[in-house]
Amino acid sequence: MIKINELNKKYKGAEHYSVAGLTLRIEEQEIFGLLGPNGAGKTTLISMLSSLIKPTSGSFSIDGLNYQEHSNDLKKIIGIVPQEYALYPSLTAFENLSYFGSTYGIRGNHLKEKINQHLETLGLLNFAHKKISTFSGGMKRRINLIASILHEPKVLFLDEPTVGVDVQSKNVIIDHLKKLNATGTTMIYTSHHLNEAEDFCTRVAIIDDGKIITKGKPKALVASHNNARNLEDVFLAITGKALRDYA
Amino acid sequence: MLTRDIGGLAILFLMPILLVITITTIQDGTFKIVKETKIPVLWVDEDQGEISKSIFEGLSNSKTLELITASSEDEAKSSVFKGNYQLAIVIPKNLSTDLAAKVDENVSGIMAKFGLEEDTATVVDKTPIAQKEIRLYFDPATQYAFKSSIKNGINQMIAQVETQSIYKAFQEQLEEDPSKDFFETESFISFKEIVPNGMQDDAIPNATQHNIPAWSLFAIFFIILPLSINMVKEKNQGTFVRLRTNPISYATVLGGKTLVFLAVALLQFGIMLLIGVYLFPNIGLPKLEISGNVGILFVVAFFAGLAAIGLGLLLGTIAKSQEQSAPFGATFVVILAALGGVWVPVFAMPSFMQSISRLSPMNWGLNAFYHVFLRNVDFPELIPELSLLFLFFIATTLIAILYNKRQNSV
Repeated sequence: MIKINELNKKYKGAEHYSVAGLTLRIEEQEIFGLLGPNGAGKTTLISMLSSLIKPTSGSFSIDGLNYQEHSNDLKKIIGIVPQEYALYPSLTAFENLSYFGSTYGIRGNHLKEKINQHLETLGLLNFAHKKISTFSGGMKRRINLIASILHEPKVLFLDEPTVGVDVQSKNVIIDHLKKLNATGTTMIYTSHHLNEAEDFCTRVAIIDDGKIITKGKPKALVASHNNARNLEDVFLAITGKALRDYA
Repeated sequence: MLTRDIGGLAILFLMPILLVITITTIQDGTFKIVKETKIPVLWVDEDQGEISKSIFEGLSNSKTLELITASSEDEAKSSVFKGNYQLAIVIPKNLSTDLAAKVDENVSGIMAKFGLEEDTATVVDKTPIAQKEIRLYFDPATQYAFKSSIKNGINQMIAQVETQSIYKAFQEQLEEDPSKDFFETESFISFKEIVPNGMQDDAIPNATQHNIPAWSLFAIFFIILPLSINMVKEKNQGTFVRLRTNPISYATVLGGKTLVFLAVALLQFGIMLLIGVYLFPNIGLPKLEISGNVGILFVVAFFAGLAAIGLGLLLGTIAKSQEQSAPFGATFVVILAALGGVWVPVFAMPSFMQSISRLSPMNWGLNAFYHVFLRNVDFPELIPELSLLFLFFIATTLIAILYNKRQNSV
């Protein structure tokens, strides 16, 4: 589904590569976790795969579409759930979703039905016509998710989709994502909540300094590391306990 | 959705309404004074002859000068140099008699050359006639253009009198019967001032004709602020990330904003026209006459709106924060307005500023409006200004698109 070949990214003026020679293959319908400390290159990798920034070198393709030749077609089959609440605060939930849905060519009653369906599933139907600025964090996260999946993307990039939400909202979001995955959506998921990744992801990769250090199924990774009780132990054993501060 | 941002609506619509009513009311008195006031000029007539009478009549009939008689040259000179008057004209003694004598002398000389002199027994005593000078005392602060026009005017009047004197002298020499006119002494060449159809002779805008288009343009260009702030907010709040990962081009995003803000610009302009047509007459201000020109006026507003939006799109693309876009946008609009002639007419600016003002899209817009209001032109005559406004929109929008593309290539 996603083929990444020797992908490199060095920002202008930077001394080091943010992503260095990364090669990876993600199969269809996988929920692939990208884990790593701050500055490891996770966001840079997702930004390249979602066409936000251009790679310095290397190539990748999604569902057979090469990014250099088919960048617009790529955008039609991917969705991104950004870490920020990418919503217009002065518009209602319905208005936000209508606007973003229409940018994917979804119109009229079809769009309306899809919006209502997702709102109902995520428990927000009664708030459809309230302004986003009045929503709680959990509500915003759910609308953030809906805006990214209205067009039924084949690949969904999730950048910290549950950060700052309560347990109930987190459960609803994860459940909804699992259902989506069951219908065929491939997911690339980043999070600092490793226990969540362990339960949610079918396969994970630990990234540090722009390179993949290890990858595999969460349980297999835990089993392969001595004294590791969970994925967090594996993570700390690989990346170390030192702080990763940078400016 | 318009009610979601009451403050924004107030800025976009109420502010220009308040500005145009306030400024027009203040300026209306000033405009009337400019149109109806004559420049007072001191007049000292030591000649009391035909020449001085002719000059006095010529200057009195002028729409711009008011002649005030002074008792003496010294008094007139003193008043001008104190700054109480811009100009004093002093007609010297015996100007008319000496001119007549000089003309007679010259004509007699010419006649003698042709052997047509009068009886030589009666030879006139040829006492040399001293040159005469009309003294003009100008206030040092007087503009060169004003001085030049006065001198040329007086020169022309004297030349006319002198020519008629010459003809008269020849007539007397050649024709025994003084009642018979030998020459036609009326001027062969005359001037005719032609103004555009339906216009008044003096095409100076009144307060309404200046302020409605001027402040409409100011309001239209003020769109730069909410537009650029909106774009910066989108970048900072994450919605721009969504738009960039959607399968729509940046040009399409900008196109959407263009359409919305263009509608706002035209609505602003429509409101300003309504104020000029319906409100102003009811508060003692001149009515804005727009009959037959509404379509063309909206065309000008349309292109002015495009130019403003292009600038807003560029500012919104380049600025990284609202603290950058808001002050810069506001200051730039004020500068463009000043250069464009919104506050001070362009012809009153120093020459180098007049050159710079030609670069202001507000100047192009204001010129286009003046063409419609004062010169009653048709659409083809507006093409130069409209083309400039449109090219400005294309250039700024293209730069915005290319800049965005370059930024995303990091």
